[in-house]
Amino acid sequence: MNIDIKISVDPLQIQSCIDWVMSPQCGGINVFIGTVRNVTKGKKVLRLEFEAYQSMAMSEMNKIAKDVLEKWPVQKILIHHRTGILQTGEVPVIIAVAAAHRDAAFDACRYTIDTLKQTVPIWKKEVFEDGEIWVAAHP
Amino acid sequence: MKVLAFGVVKEIFNNSIVDVDLADGATVEKLKTLLEKKYPLLNQLGSYMISVNNEYATMNYVIQKGDEVAIIPPVSGG
Repeated sequence: MNIDIKISVDPLQIQSCIDWVMSPQCGGINVFIGTVRNVTKGKKVLRLEFEAYQSMAMSEMNKIAKDVLEKWPVQKILIHHRTGILQTGEVPVIIAVAAAHRDAAFDACRYTIDTLKQTVPIWKKEVFEDGEIWVAAHP
Repeated sequence: MKVLAFGVVKEIFNNSIVDVDLADGATVEKLKTLLEKKYPLLNQLGSYMISVNNEYATMNYVIQKGDEVAIIPPVSGG
């Protein structure tokens, strides 16, 4: 097993993600940790709410991971995403990639978060003091 | 036919599932036209996709009985 995909309402565990990708053949691990920012365009963010189309999101994340293993000499890749209500400072996403050399790990990690943001059916709602808005959607 | 809704679309529908009267042999394009007529706010989304059985579907895909169909507004994970 060199792919680990998870969507969870429980807090993500950074250390165990790193431990999972670590392997003897790998000389480098690249980790992206997304965190909830306390401000958007000058407005104070109270919290974020994440919703996923669970089955499709799992499938799309799996596609990204498989793509990564084809494109780069990467040994292991992990993508964990959280759903539900997150306060500022909490972690909605962790991507960890292990490879023999750092270039592949950096490039694959960057590709994974960029692609996830474009294709994986997960949505966030920003909640402000005076209202709320689904990000990237303005009805 | 039942259509699943997420994110902002759930708020437009005021529900996470809506029922649409779709004829046999209808395409994704036809479904979008029907939905936009029934829920004009969808037009203000800019763009949205339709998924069938957990895959993004093209406009000319013919929806089959038993397909799981969902509306995918612009995603914002990560």
